[in-house]
Amino acid sequence: MTDRPIIDIRNAAKSYGTLEVLKDISLTVQKGQIVAIIGPSGSGKSTLLRAINDLDPLTSGEVWLDDVQVNKKLPTRQYEAHINSVRQNIGMVFQHFNLFPHLNVRDNITLAPKMLKGISKAEADELAIEQLNKVGLLDRIDYYPSRLSGGQKQRVAIARALAMKPKVMLFDEATSALDPELVEEVNLVMKQLAEEHMTMIIVTHEMGFAQDVCDRVLFMDQGVVVEEGPPEVIFKNPANERTKNFLRKHLKGQH
Amino acid sequence: MGLDFSVVPPFAGALLTGALWTIAITVSAAILSFFGGILFAVIALYAPLVIRLPFRLFAWLFMGTPLLLQLFLIYFGLIQIGVDLPAFVAGVIGLGLHFAVYNSDIIQAGIRAVDVGQYEGARTLGLSRIQTLRKIIVPQAVRSVIPPIGNNMIALLKDSALVSVIGVAELTLSSQMAISRTFRPFEFYVAAAACYYVINLGLEAGLRRIERRIQIAR
Repeated sequence: MTDRPIIDIRNAAKSYGTLEVLKDISLTVQKGQIVAIIGPSGSGKSTLLRAINDLDPLTSGEVWLDDVQVNKKLPTRQYEAHINSVRQNIGMVFQHFNLFPHLNVRDNITLAPKMLKGISKAEADELAIEQLNKVGLLDRIDYYPSRLSGGQKQRVAIARALAMKPKVMLFDEATSALDPELVEEVNLVMKQLAEEHMTMIIVTHEMGFAQDVCDRVLFMDQGVVVEEGPPEVIFKNPANERTKNFLRKHLKGQH
Repeated sequence: MGLDFSVVPPFAGALLTGALWTIAITVSAAILSFFGGILFAVIALYAPLVIRLPFRLFAWLFMGTPLLLQLFLIYFGLIQIGVDLPAFVAGVIGLGLHFAVYNSDIIQAGIRAVDVGQYEGARTLGLSRIQTLRKIIVPQAVRSVIPPIGNNMIALLKDSALVSVIGVAELTLSSQMAISRTFRPFEFYVAAAACYYVINLGLEAGLRRIERRIQIAR
């Protein structure tokens, strides 16, 4: 593994008025690493994830991706161009999929590559086929999102993010909105990505998945990273009281 | 004096020509009001203040004054500052802009109602604000407001009769010309009303088809 991190978050802080959501968080992620962020709701884990592609801008601190500062201070117009090109390297998957309902699966996947990378229609088709094969939904290429199940929607959303060939993938509670029986198909796709050494940061409530797939687990509470380490340590032998309390509530009935 | 509808058939050709003009004005003004409505909605929501404020005045002018007056202003008034528009063009512009302002209100509401996740989904892929608006937000907003816009288009068809006052020989003016020759207002106004009704049925059928097609693509 290289020593140079692909994601480098330095002293990230964010507040809404007097409410501090993130308090001086620093975090580095190496290429190919898979990091889970767990914690109670309101702990700031989604905010931290959304700061990485500047969807929720930080109040202070820096986010670096592959030696480029994501949240560079620039005049509005220059910043627009900068962030649009940076975001092409960061795939993001949302809790509620955010597929485009007026476009079929093919166009959902190929819209951004066609507009931003200037690829031809034939290349775009090939790209859609390749990505849908990966998530096992090639037979749904001409469907509109409204005709897909939640699990299928999320797999298409992953395919859409992958079609931009991102350097890292961010997952914001990707399975939280799914019926329990549909969670597994999405988890399988994410596991497959892990095996391909995609760099991933995963905000999740699923402790079992975090334990199986991730190299590192961060436990966040009240805007700080309370504890972090390999999943064996965090889940089996946490040092901090808050981590223990949280896990006790969450692991109940999961094993 | 009894009613005698046999006076109508000799003028059928003139009425039909008038009906075709009514359709031409309605369709042209409808297209203008639709795309104008989208443009105005985007201006009202996203343009910088220096554009938005004068636009608000313009929108207020079109909403707060009678359409009839607007048509007079465009057709007779603009000549004084050197803009001499053919009556048909003046009528289409007047009707089109008038209804564009109304459509803009509806489309603005449609844009606001698009889930913020759609915006975030597009922006995280790297699309710019304008690309996101054009490809993601506006298409969805417009789809969701097609029914109320359709109602506006039916109102537009009926208000196209006002264009008769600036001398476009559409359906209403054609029937008035027939009346001035025959002194049979009841028969010709009823005939004109029947024509409007038939055009309206066609318009409604067209709107229903558009709505159905959009429903499939949602």
